[in-house]
Amino acid sequence: MVNTWIAATMVAVIAGVVGFFVVVRGSAFAAHAIPHGSFGGAAGAVLIGANTILGLGIFAVGGALGIGWLGRRGRHDVATALALVLMLGLGALFLSFSVEYAAAVYSLLFGEVLGVPAYDLLPMAGLGLACILSIAVLYRPLLLTSITPEVAEARGVRPGRIETAFLLVVALASTMTVPVVGVLLMFSLMIGPAATARAFTHSPLRAIALSVAIAIAIVWFGIAIAYVTNYPVGFFVGTLGAVSYGCARGWTAWRRGRAGVPLPQGGGASQRELRAPLSPAAPPGR
Amino acid sequence: MSAVLNAIFAPGFFTSGPVRAAVVVGAVVALVTGAVGVFTVIRSQAFAGHALGEVGSAGGSLAFLGGTNPLWGYMGVAVIAAGLMEVLGVHRPRARDVATGLVLGAGLGFAALFLYLDTTSSTSTGVTVTILFGSLFTISQSMLPNIVVLSAIALLVIASCYRMLLLSSLSPELAAVRGVPVRAVAIAYLVIMAVAVSLAAETIGTILATALLVGPPATALRLTRRPGGAMVIAGLIGVAAVWIGIVLAYDSFYWPPVDHGWPVSFFVVAMVLVLYLGSGMVAALGRARRERLVPRRPGMGESGCEPHVDADAA
Repeated sequence: MVNTWIAATMVAVIAGVVGFFVVVRGSAFAAHAIPHGSFGGAAGAVLIGANTILGLGIFAVGGALGIGWLGRRGRHDVATALALVLMLGLGALFLSFSVEYAAAVYSLLFGEVLGVPAYDLLPMAGLGLACILSIAVLYRPLLLTSITPEVAEARGVRPGRIETAFLLVVALASTMTVPVVGVLLMFSLMIGPAATARAFTHSPLRAIALSVAIAIAIVWFGIAIAYVTNYPVGFFVGTLGAVSYGCARGWTAWRRGRAGVPLPQGGGASQRELRAPLSPAAPPGR
Repeated sequence: MSAVLNAIFAPGFFTSGPVRAAVVVGAVVALVTGAVGVFTVIRSQAFAGHALGEVGSAGGSLAFLGGTNPLWGYMGVAVIAAGLMEVLGVHRPRARDVATGLVLGAGLGFAALFLYLDTTSSTSTGVTVTILFGSLFTISQSMLPNIVVLSAIALLVIASCYRMLLLSSLSPELAAVRGVPVRAVAIAYLVIMAVAVSLAAETIGTILATALLVGPPATALRLTRRPGGAMVIAGLIGVAAVWIGIVLAYDSFYWPPVDHGWPVSFFVVAMVLVLYLGSGMVAALGRARRERLVPRRPGMGESGCEPHVDADAA
């Protein structure tokens, strides 16, 4: 149980940080497709008796590169959808060859509360640290390319490369989080808290902190209820994200009604948002 | 002649009941998702289309729990989800992504709960796999009339508001000026997409629903600029992919490892992807030929040709 608690907290931190950029960049589909598609890799790993995490990682990274590659030659959402169905198609193929699968499939997809062994914690922490470090390195170009693409290009930032690098970070994040929340709910944990946080504040750093806090609250709460009621943790994690966003929207609408001024809404980036942190005097985003 | 036929269609292909149902239902669903999907691609709503299919699986598992027909579960939940996306702001380009994502996240949460209840309430543990991955060969023939009628309704609605839909997809501002109720058209389209996707998700699985909704239309839109023509081409490509997939899946019972069929979804997805990549090459070749016919000025030639050479090599 303590292992699960530590693992879940790590997952929440990563999901909160990465999720902020997912929401700002509007790459929710890729953030869904990469963890979901990596399920195919897990099925393949089970089939040949390899480590599940390894299979997940290979498919997640392959999916990220595939989306980046296809997306440069066509519509981005079409590329994402096709990469996702290819990975899932392979997953269906692998599944059909293995015998004992139903329970394993369920826990891979939706997570399991008591499913984290102690020897998984160290690799998880390593992958998580790698995620946070790459986000720290990419912080400025990531914000720049998502909010003012023209300025980014003028400063010599290559949007295509930044996009691929970001997708790889998402792949890393989804690889480490699967044992706790499963491939499907990792997605809700990235979207719900970050969208909620953005409804409250314009500042990127404050939004990241808030999104991490909300993600931790959701995961702890979800695991506690799941532990008590014996219902799947995925249900609580998935719905609590949407509930928190609904509360945020209600709160902003109420405040707007009282103050009569427009307030930020969760959603894509607004130009106004970056004016403070990225002043014209800021160093080039490379 | 019969030897060739036997090599392509393994013995018993034409007399098998499940195969016949799969051929008919697969074709109907591929036609509808192809026609509907052209607008999905034009409107950049592939994510919403995929999300509606996945959320529908929550309805499918709920219907399984309640013992009702899963098609109504899929469709009801997908239409509700489409309404929620609309309320959350799927019509605003900046909020679309998050609105879709939130609905998908919550829907998957409910799917987790219902599937868990399904597996605890009945002994059939394979229900997770059946609902999430689906199979063309398990379609019951009694569903055929429902599927055909719903498909016809979806196609009729798309055909009757074709012009409004096209105008509001390509230029919402112009459509609004012309008096097209852009918001109402968007809602109507979202509902039609929910119906088409849930039909597909229930019969052939969520993987193939997404593959057929996005792949053939994107392929067709690379081959022709006319949306109407693209709808027909997309439908035909979808039907071809499904039929070839069915034949290969049926034949695969005779492939190693023996007596083990490969899943039909794998073959169909592979076909869809191959056609999409192939169409990219065809389009690039066409562009290159047009450029040879219309000589360019020396200064522009190099920069104009470079990306096409690149696409050819890929």
